[in-house]
Order: sequence, then structure tokens, then C-alpha cells
Amino acid sequence: MTTSFLPYPNADAPSEELISRCVHCGLCLPSCPTFAVLGVETDSPRGRIRLMKTVWEGRVSADAPSFEKHIGQCLDCRACETACPSGVEYGKLVEAARSQILAVRRPSAIERAIRTAAFDWLLPHRRVLAAFATLSVAAKRAKMPTLLRASRLHAGRRLAEMLELLPERATAERMETVVPAQGARRGTVALFAGCVMGSVFGDTNRATARVLARNGVEVHVTRPQTCCGALHAHAGERDRARALARRNIAAFEGLAVEAIIVNAAGCGAAMKEYGWLLKDDPAWAARATAFAARVRDATEYLGDLGLREPPGPVRVRAVYDDPCHLLHGQRVQAQPRALLAAIPGLDLAPLAEADMCCGSAGTYNVTQPELARALLERKVANIQRSGAELVVTANPGCLMQIQAGLRRAGSTARVVHLIDLLDESYRAG
Amino acid sequence: MRALQELLGASKVLGTRDELLVYEYDGAVDTATPDAVALPESTADVALLAKYCHEHDVPIVPRGAGTGLSGGAIPVEGGVVVSFARMARILEIDVPNMRAVVQPGVINLHLENATAPYGLHFVPDPSSQKACTLGGNVAENSGGPHTLAYGVTTNHVTGLEIVLSDGSVVRLGGKAIETEGYDLVGAFVGSEGTLGLVTEATVKLTPLPEEKRTLMAAFATMDDASETVSAIIGAGIVPSAIEMMDQLATQAVEASVHAGYPLDAGGILLVEVDGARDGLDESRARIEAICREHGARTIRVAASALERERLWAGRKGAFAAMGRLSPDYYVQDGVIPRTRLPEILRLVKEAGERHGVRIANVFHAGDGNIHPLIMFDLRNGPEELDRAKEASIDILTACIEAGGSLTGEHGVGMEKNCYMPLQFAPADLAAMRRVKESFDPAGLMNPGKIFPTPSRCREFSLAATR
Repeated sequence: MTTSFLPYPNADAPSEELISRCVHCGLCLPSCPTFAVLGVETDSPRGRIRLMKTVWEGRVSADAPSFEKHIGQCLDCRACETACPSGVEYGKLVEAARSQILAVRRPSAIERAIRTAAFDWLLPHRRVLAAFATLSVAAKRAKMPTLLRASRLHAGRRLAEMLELLPERATAERMETVVPAQGARRGTVALFAGCVMGSVFGDTNRATARVLARNGVEVHVTRPQTCCGALHAHAGERDRARALARRNIAAFEGLAVEAIIVNAAGCGAAMKEYGWLLKDDPAWAARATAFAARVRDATEYLGDLGLREPPGPVRVRAVYDDPCHLLHGQRVQAQPRALLAAIPGLDLAPLAEADMCCGSAGTYNVTQPELARALLERKVANIQRSGAELVVTANPGCLMQIQAGLRRAGSTARVVHLIDLLDESYRAG
Repeated sequence: MRALQELLGASKVLGTRDELLVYEYDGAVDTATPDAVALPESTADVALLAKYCHEHDVPIVPRGAGTGLSGGAIPVEGGVVVSFARMARILEIDVPNMRAVVQPGVINLHLENATAPYGLHFVPDPSSQKACTLGGNVAENSGGPHTLAYGVTTNHVTGLEIVLSDGSVVRLGGKAIETEGYDLVGAFVGSEGTLGLVTEATVKLTPLPEEKRTLMAAFATMDDASETVSAIIGAGIVPSAIEMMDQLATQAVEASVHAGYPLDAGGILLVEVDGARDGLDESRARIEAICREHGARTIRVAASALERERLWAGRKGAFAAMGRLSPDYYVQDGVIPRTRLPEILRLVKEAGERHGVRIANVFHAGDGNIHPLIMFDLRNGPEELDRAKEASIDILTACIEAGGSLTGEHGVGMEKNCYMPLQFAPADLAAMRRVKESFDPAGLMNPGKIFPTPSRCREFSLAATR
């Protein structure tokens, strides 16, 4: 039998230098959600890095179906980066591997059409996305999922599950360009509106501006900004991600602000890595690094600044579930907890496996529904054991996923963005 | 492979090329690709598998988390790797009798977390405890920093369920501290999977110490630090742990963990005393005084549990942090009488210089269990590994000449089996081999481990005779 092993096709390949940091000690294994569910080395960070290495060694083909399968089953939650004493930058590796798989695999015409629709038409265009979101929420409220399930078609069931993820109400954001600071000014920032945040969670964007302003921060909103490109990069679409990154860099670089505030953990993690994404583009590399240095998660910025205005009481038993791309991607752990501790009356209970992914992971709950569901059920069980009536998190994907999981399990617990909770708390106070 | 899938069910067997490639390594250097990987979910699965392999003359190699440091989980003679990742349930926590009954795939730290609410813990805490499994701990007779006061795994296992190579299931020992007849539990602990497969273990739980005091002392040289170790123990103090780290290791650790170790120190000691609250502070003060007498430049006492955890996180992440210095490393595990530490550390340094390899040191100084981390880069060609191995042989020979041994806690595996004749006479090895043959007459259980094999050890014996 003769087999020819296809090497990595282009310069976005997972770098041998980054791979060589892995000393295969295995300390990452217990932190990996897919290893926890499947128990196989191929679905562990160490195993996936090894597969990437074997492609360089010419022992596995870059277009091998099993390579695509196991790299595809990764959530890109980056919990292994937190666990790794050698500082392996796994997120960069897995995104690089996906770009190579996409380049060698030649997706079908249907998949290409879906990718173009989602990545080129929908996500970068807020108005289109907002219309799509409103339509989808209307379909959901018109009991579409029940009908789809009744159709007994596999595609129908998948579509029903996707619709069920949506919140009860989608709000597009319409904001003024400057929200002035209340009282003495303590800072000036720009707000990154985001695609899903801007078209589905517009209320959260407005709440972010309100909470910042209330604490003495002037908030600027610039119009030409677009989707951050995180979902594109996670799906291996590096060139599409780069195009969006350039537009955002251009949109924000003229603003005299000390920070670019992001309230979606997944976007923030991606934007903090624009320097890496554009490192080989001489015209943009330095501008990207300068942009990335100003990116702050809303909870990170507020936590570091400290709340000037004490929030009002919220009397409920709550848990905080770390968004992976906040905890592992940005290493922001203390600030959200400090903000929660400032809310009087909030009974914050410990949550087992708060550092483990809920299965949302960008588009993972759409592309890998079975593993996503296993992880969601694990998350819901941990939440129910905690006795919490309120789940606080800080990323739209986690919000939708966990809320859908709780609803399905018959729980009445509510899931809320930390910034929305602060906003509610201020209104109550 | 197809036969195994029929036997156990398709979901419990891996056999495609790419899947097998990720079972060719563990935490150490050696690699070999298995012919199949089995993922049993019960003792019955393991017994079926063993019986099949016995009938078809197929080697069986057990694997826990694959964090081992002597190639124990590497299928050097091919065959089936048995991963215990899906047998990971804690079956019982018996608080009044202070025992836990676990499946082999339970992660060491998960057991610690599960028993902590009862004020109990399983003492052996290898540095890989976040990931390593109890089955692996039993196989390798693992230690950890706290073996100085509390002993190694064998002191904490009272019962085992074993699947023998013919598929029969035997139970050895139980919850009682002593059973009549041969101490076969003792024979199995540390047998590295060469006698049978552990499918259940009954382990001792120990009350958590009332309090702990942890201090870090930084010295100008490794000599000063080594002499301090002997002085502390010579003064009649028995700390629960004394760990030592050199400058190279400290720098790698600080880059990842930020444990707060001074970067300019030639040697660092981490000392912990634990037990009843009364008298702990006196012990701590005496240790501090001894450290100062031996020239400690900085001494930091952990003021909170968080600070203690951070000091330990640095130590426990030290091996894995080596990736920051070098893509490949070879860890040695020699043991020496601790009074000979200064001399051995000098020999380690000389061995590194002689063979042109960088060596970092992170180890259990209280036990005299050294861990030289010999760095190399396989991308520069196989001769780098050869030089690392030559340095290892020099170091291990020095340990044995100093009255010590080849391995303290990592096991012999396929990494040090060729060196066994350095320590044991032919008659000693023959006696051990008879034990192996009585449990595994066909030689299918983790072959190529512990005992020197003619094919792989020829080169070494030639080198030794030269």
C-alpha cells in the first residue's frame, strides 16, 4: 500500500516552534472537556498537538479525515492553556490547524454557500444580522421548533435546537455616539458593539454604557466597526478574520480612548490577539498590536477601576460561570468576582466546574451538537446542585446555551450577563 | 482489532493509524505505537480482553493518564494498550475505617477533593497529581513531596483487585491493615503492570494535618542548600517535605507559575512541617534558624493557604515547565543517602559539562531522591538524545556507587531496565524474574519493562564492558 501524506498547505500552519513547547506531560488532560466526556487521547490537547506534529513529520496527512475529526471536536475553550506549565499556546495552534484543514479539504458547494452566507453576509452586517435575529426569534415564539420536531427530519431537529438557543427577545442596539461620564470623569473608553451583541443583546450594550458612565467613564461608540472575526478564526477562516480585524483597527485607531471595551468574552479574546493574527502583514502588524493592547473586557476594566457608585441590593442565590474565553483566553478571573462581591445581598455560591466549557463555544453547539449537549447537561447538573436561582456569566454564547439547557431541564433559574446584573442592581439601588 | 471490537464493542476499541499514533508516548522520551487501544469500562471487560490476549499471544500494556516518566505505558513490543480513562469512579469512601475504594482511572487529585470534606486525604501526591491516576500510582509505587514523613504508595494501599494474564480475577488484601499469607499487595504495588492489571484499589485515607507551615529559603549555592537539608534532619526535626530546586529550574518555573521564588538564588529549599498546631511554630522557627546559619539570603513563610498553594504550584509544575527551556528532556530519578547530596550534585553538574547537555535540578531533597532534568532537542538529531543518555548513565552509576538506587518513584520501565545490572547481581534479577513468571508465565504483561532485554540492552552492556 502506498500512501502519500499531504503536508500543511500554507504559512498559516501550526508552527513547529509553538508545538515544541509541549513536553507531553499530560497535565492538561483533566482540564479538557472533550477528554472528560470521551476519555480518548485523540480528543485531548496533548493528543491533538501530537497529531499536528505528526503532519509535520509526514506520518499523518493534512487531509486525513480523522485529523479533521479530532481537531474539529476541539471546543477551542483553551482550558488546557490555563493548565499548562510550559505555556503552550494551544488556541493559536488549533486555529492554525483548522485553517490548514479548510485549505486542503475543499468544502462542498453547499458548505461553501453556508460559510459565505454566515461569515460574509450575516456576521459582518449588523442590520442584516438584526433582521435575521428578529425573524428567528419570531419563528421561535411562533412555536416553530415544535413544528420542526414534528417533521421528524434530522435537519428539522437540528434547526429546532438552534432556534431554541435564542433568547425570548432580540434587541438591536441603537446608541448615541458619546455617552458622557456622570460626575468626575475617571476614564474615556470606546465600546465595541459586536455583531451578536449589537443585534441580539443590544440591551446589554446599552447597560454597559450606562454602568460605565455611572462610574465616571465616558463611552464612545464608533460606527464603521464590524464583527470581530472570532468565529471566522475559530472555523479556520483566517483571511476572512483578517479582513474584519483590519476594518476594526481602522475604525478605532483614531479614537483618543484609553481602552476598547468588549462585553463578549469570545470577541475580547480574539481582539487581544489581533497582533498575532496580522503578524505577517507588514502594513498592519504594528497597528494590530497597538489595537490589541487597548482591548479590555468590560468586567476586567470595571473591576480594575473599582466601582465608585455602590450597587443596590439583589437578594438571590447566584453562581458565576466563567466564560472560557474570559478565564482561559484572557486570564480574567478576579475582577468579575470582585464586582459580584460588591452587590449587597447577593448570595454567591460556589459552582463546581465553573472553569469548564458549557458546550456553546462559538458555533460548536451547531457543528458538534452531541458533544455540546453532553457538556451542557453536565453544566446544568452542576448549576442545579448549587441551588442557584441566578447564573451570572459574561458572554452571549454561554448565556444562550446555559439558558436553553436550564429551560430544557425544567429549571426556572435565570441566566444573566454580569453587566446587566450590575445595571439592574443600580436601578434597584 | 476487529476481533477486539466484536469482543468488547466498537466504542471500546481504537485501531486506526492516527488514533494509535497518539498512544505512542507518555510523559517521558521513549515511544512505540500500539497495535490497538482498548478502553474497558468494567473489570469484566478487562478480564475478557486479558483472556483474548492470552489465547492469541498478544502483549498487554496498561495506561493511566500517560504522565509516567519511565516509559511504563509504552508498548515497546507492540500489542494492546489498555487505557483506564473510562474506569474512573470512586466506588466508596469509608470514613470510619479511613479507606477509599477506587477504580484505577481515578485521578489522584479527584480523590483528594472527594475526601477533603471528611477531613481525610490519600497521602501520596506526585507532582503530576492533577492528572495522574491511582492505577498508575499503584503500578509505579509513586511518591511525591510528602513521602519524607508519610511514605510512598505502597504504604497506603491495603487491597487490590487484579486481572491476571489468563483473564482470572483475583482479590488481594482488603480494608484490613494486614492479611495472612504472602503480602501480594506489596508485590503488585510497584510492579509496573508486569504482573497483572489493577482493576480496583482499596487505599488508606489519613486525617488531614491540623495545620501546616511552609517556608521557602533561598541560598547562594546548591551546596549551602544541601547542607541545610542534612542539618534540619540532623536536628531531629522531621518535616513532611523538603524540596530543592536550582537556578535553571527556578527560572523556568517563575516564567509560568509566578510562585515568588527569587531568580538570583543558586538553590532554593521548600520546607513544610505539619501536624498538631502545638509545637509547629517552634519547629518552623528552628528550621528558619538552621537556614540562616547556613547562609539563607531570603526566607519566606507562607502567610495563607493561598500563598502555600502558590509555593507548591511552582514545585509541582516544575518538570512540565521545562518546555520553556527545551523541547525534550530526560528526567532521572536516582536515590542517594541525603548526606551525600552536595557531592552528587557536583557529579551531576560535571556529567552535564562532560556530555555537553544542560541539566536542571528539582527534587525531593529530604529523601535524597534527585531528579536531574537533562535537556536536549531531538530536532537537532538523535545524537542529542545519546548524549543525554550518556550523562544519565554517569549520574545513575554515581548514585549506586554512593549506596543509593536507580529509581525513587518513577519506576524502571523501559528507560532504566538496561541499567538494572548496575544495581542487582544476576541471582537477584533471576529471583525477581521468577516472581514475574509465576503470575505471567507467557510474558504478556507489559513486556520489555523492568528486566534488561537482549535486543534493546545490547548496546548498553557493550558500553559498560568497555
